[in-house]
Amino acid sequence: MADAPFLAVKNLAKHFAPTAFSRGPVVRALEDISFDIRRGQVVGLVGESGSGKTTIGRSVLRLIEPTSGQINYDGTDITRLGAAQLRRQRRKMQYIFQDPFASLSPRMTIGQILTEGLDIQGIGKKSERRAKAETALAAVELPVDAYDRYAHEFSGGQRQRIGIARALTLEPEFIVADEPVSALDVSIQAQIINLLRDLQLRLGLTMLFISHDLAVVEYICDTVIVLYLGRIMEVAPAAELYARPQHPYTRALLSAIPSLDPLARQDRQVLKGDIPSPANPPSGCVFRTRCPFALEACVGAVPPLRATAEGHLKACIRDDIA
Amino acid sequence: MAITAPDPTVDPTAVPQTKGPLRRALDRFFENRAARAGLLIVIPILLAVSTYPLWWPFGPNTIDLRAMNKAPSAIHWLGSDGVGRDVMARLLQGGRISLLVAVSSVAISTVIGFLVGAVASFGGRLVDGTVMRLVDLAMTLPPVIFLLVLASIAGTGIAPTILVISLLSWPVLSRMVRARLLELRERDFVVAARGMGAGLPHLLFRHGLPNCIDILVVYATLQIANAILLEAGLSFLGLGIAPPEASWGNMLNLARSTVVLENYPWQWMFPGAALVLTVLAINFIGDGLRDAFDPRSDLN
Ligand SMILES: Nc1ncnc2c1ncn2[C@@H]1O[C@H](COP(=O)(O)OP(=O)(O)OP(=O)(O)O)[C@@H](O)[C@H]1O
Ligand code: SF4
Ligand SMILES: [Mg+2]
Repeated sequence: MADAPFLAVKNLAKHFAPTAFSRGPVVRALEDISFDIRRGQVVGLVGESGSGKTTIGRSVLRLIEPTSGQINYDGTDITRLGAAQLRRQRRKMQYIFQDPFASLSPRMTIGQILTEGLDIQGIGKKSERRAKAETALAAVELPVDAYDRYAHEFSGGQRQRIGIARALTLEPEFIVADEPVSALDVSIQAQIINLLRDLQLRLGLTMLFISHDLAVVEYICDTVIVLYLGRIMEVAPAAELYARPQHPYTRALLSAIPSLDPLARQDRQVLKGDIPSPANPPSGCVFRTRCPFALEACVGAVPPLRATAEGHLKACIRDDIA
Repeated sequence: MAITAPDPTVDPTAVPQTKGPLRRALDRFFENRAARAGLLIVIPILLAVSTYPLWWPFGPNTIDLRAMNKAPSAIHWLGSDGVGRDVMARLLQGGRISLLVAVSSVAISTVIGFLVGAVASFGGRLVDGTVMRLVDLAMTLPPVIFLLVLASIAGTGIAPTILVISLLSWPVLSRMVRARLLELRERDFVVAARGMGAGLPHLLFRHGLPNCIDILVVYATLQIANAILLEAGLSFLGLGIAPPEASWGNMLNLARSTVVLENYPWQWMFPGAALVLTVLAINFIGDGLRDAFDPRSDLN
């Protein structure tokens, strides 16, 4: 690619050290995470619960401090920004939360919630802020009279729309959407996904879209990153990943999707065992304890992420498992 | 999951306009019978205490030489004391002082308690550790001894008494505030505010304070009752409000003399009763506020 990536994450690691009160081992939530997102692209991040998706999403916006690594955002390494610069930077990047109940303050009206960012950033006069908030409400297809109400008066789907509207009021370029529909009724999920897709296209947003639902990811994402136990297993353009998954873990994930095709159902491959603890990850390939193709060599060294085709990377030493 | 035809219709907003959480808490408060009774006692006391010079003929230090140690009568409704001062006037003035001392010291200790708790919880691990060890230290000091030492350093009078009482009671509050804010800090809506660039003042005053309002109100109310008792105790021991200024505490001090205790009960019974009644009523109000703010009561 000729143009430099919009977001370039390099060797990101996050270890949660035990606090003074909770003694215990260091949790290695992320290890050696590197990926790029080009401007206007939607990159999906999939993995089981506890694989580190939220930790990546929050580190990328520096809502938690990474242990090491760089996060280059349009040319600036945001891990090196001072407090004041970081605050200015925050205007350009926003987060959409998984839980629409926890993410809205019960003590604020929707108007206060939507104008909070403008208020913090000192953008506009009061009337202008209101106008921007109402524009955002319209963009997420909520009635304008929501402005003076409290969050508890709205359903989960409506609250998630408010959460999306809040992320939009600062007119960001980049959004991290952390499982934005997984807490919602299935009947509403499609609406919210479509809304996000529309907004992303219309506003030209760049997005990191976190999900554990591969079907959703396939629909909305250009590229997909598969995460397991804090490490990247495979990266590929969405269509390619679904057509030609290379990594044993990706295959297992894909075969776990309920299918109507009886042939596909036949070679369904169920993962044995549980995901190991990130406090004590397996040596070598972190997936080896559950991998049906594991060899002696998988124990020794961490398999590097290497290209198998244009834009398709995998972290597995075996090429013979087509 | 199948993503079918885009159907971005809004789920209908059928829920009617309702009140904010603070309004709902207040509604619950007014449904509480004991709390309403508390208000019915406290409000007239406040009114009487603040307006008495307008309607009561005697001042707290007016001396009526013809009435020394006189029992309640038509002129001196609550009797008079050993130097001929009107007990009713001293009771009302004493209420003024006692309530002034209590309210001011609680206001000060609430501000200190909130700020210390807030700084500890939002200031990072090192600040938190240091501040909370100091709070622990302040809490392990035996309160009675601490109070007496402080009082003997500060001296008597209104301002020193306010200082002494306010320095005694903030550590408990700062612990409660810290616990609440530590939990709040991890809530998504606070993370969202940080993600929009919020600094410490915004986080503390736009999120911290509104989400501690229940703790603060309940603490302040119950602490006012406590401070009235502390003032009375100090003044009773001669360490608080010194005569000739009146306070409920130093009026009770008279009862230390057996002559007064046995022969002139009106001189100590009325301030005693006023004290007990006020403290009780304020405690009713405080309990009512605590129940009204209980998060569980929002569920039903
Ligand atoms: N503040 C923290 N302190 C200690 N460990 C943490 C902390 N936050 C996350 N972890 C650990 O890091 C790992 C990754 O967590 P993370 O929340 O990123 O997973 P996730 O992929 O988002 O999972 P989910 O699908 O459940 O949201 C988990 O093992 C988790 O227990
Ligand atoms: S490296 Fe080995 S254990 Fe890991 S996925 Fe490949 S085959 Fe399985
Ligand atoms: Mg998560």
